[in-house]
Amino acid sequence: MYKAKVNITLRKSILDPKGKAAHHALQNLGLKNVKDVRIGKFIEMNIDADSQNEARELAETACTQLLANEVMEDFQVEIEE
Amino acid sequence: MSKKIGVIVFPGSNCDHDAYHAMKHVMNADTTFLWHKDKEIGDLDLVIVPGGFSYGDYLRSGAIARFSPIMEAVQDYVKKGFPVLGICNGFQILLEAGLLPGAMLHNEKLRFVCKNVNIRVENNRSLFTSGMKEGTVLNVPVSHGEGNYFIDDEGLSDLKEHEQIAFRYCDANGNVTQEANFNGSVDSIAGIINKQGNVLGMMPHPERAMEPLLGSSDGIPFFESIFNSLQLA
Repeated sequence: MYKAKVNITLRKSILDPKGKAAHHALQNLGLKNVKDVRIGKFIEMNIDADSQNEARELAETACTQLLANEVMEDFQVEIEE
Repeated sequence: MSKKIGVIVFPGSNCDHDAYHAMKHVMNADTTFLWHKDKEIGDLDLVIVPGGFSYGDYLRSGAIARFSPIMEAVQDYVKKGFPVLGICNGFQILLEAGLLPGAMLHNEKLRFVCKNVNIRVENNRSLFTSGMKEGTVLNVPVSHGEGNYFIDDEGLSDLKEHEQIAFRYCDANGNVTQEANFNGSVDSIAGIINKQGNVLGMMPHPERAMEPLLGSSDGIPFFESIFNSLQLA
């Protein structure tokens, strides 16, 4: 069994209003060194696969087919045993 | 002859009855509901994918609804050249299903917006808009949190080249201004059609603007335009 950890964020070229609002609030808190905030989604999946590569392929299929919308989002997959 | 209209019902649809009422009682069309589990569309002249929060908007608006059995039937129906109209969440579902290009982001100011807005007919060379003059301003309600239409530059040029932009947000005089673009959509886009011209997606709700008592009846010329095209087909 493998664990897939998926991070989904808005594509870099797209303005992230939630991130911007959070950034603004952090500035007001006095955390002036926080220069940029991007807010995304984190998804964990337990995957039954024979190898790490197979698990990765499956997780990437899940992302491209459903979990992420590549018109506006990027995703990163990490696989753990 | 009376037109046959189908309105799809997903778990979480909430404008299905508005669309049904608009079609059946205002436009006097023979209207039926289609259930999300149905596998066939049958003999219909137009299918409406209504607004609401199908599947609770989980993951992304429209992302789950796209996998309903009825959406496979809609794909076939579109391939055969029949017309499909997606309103609000229906538009989001059509985007997720790949029947229209682009995607929906959260409104730029992050607020859910529920009010009447003005939209301008940008192009009347489609079966949906052919009965209206270009530049016609319609006053119709919007009600969405994720209606900030996004498409990349390449996609936008493609939309323009193929005259796929049907409606833009504008002021009461028909000027496309930054203030009128309340949700931050690329190029103030409120509605687009596909290249084949038989699928229209729009965020505003013409089906909720059918009777003066409810604030506007500007939805009527829009649906009359569609019905006239169906008559000719």
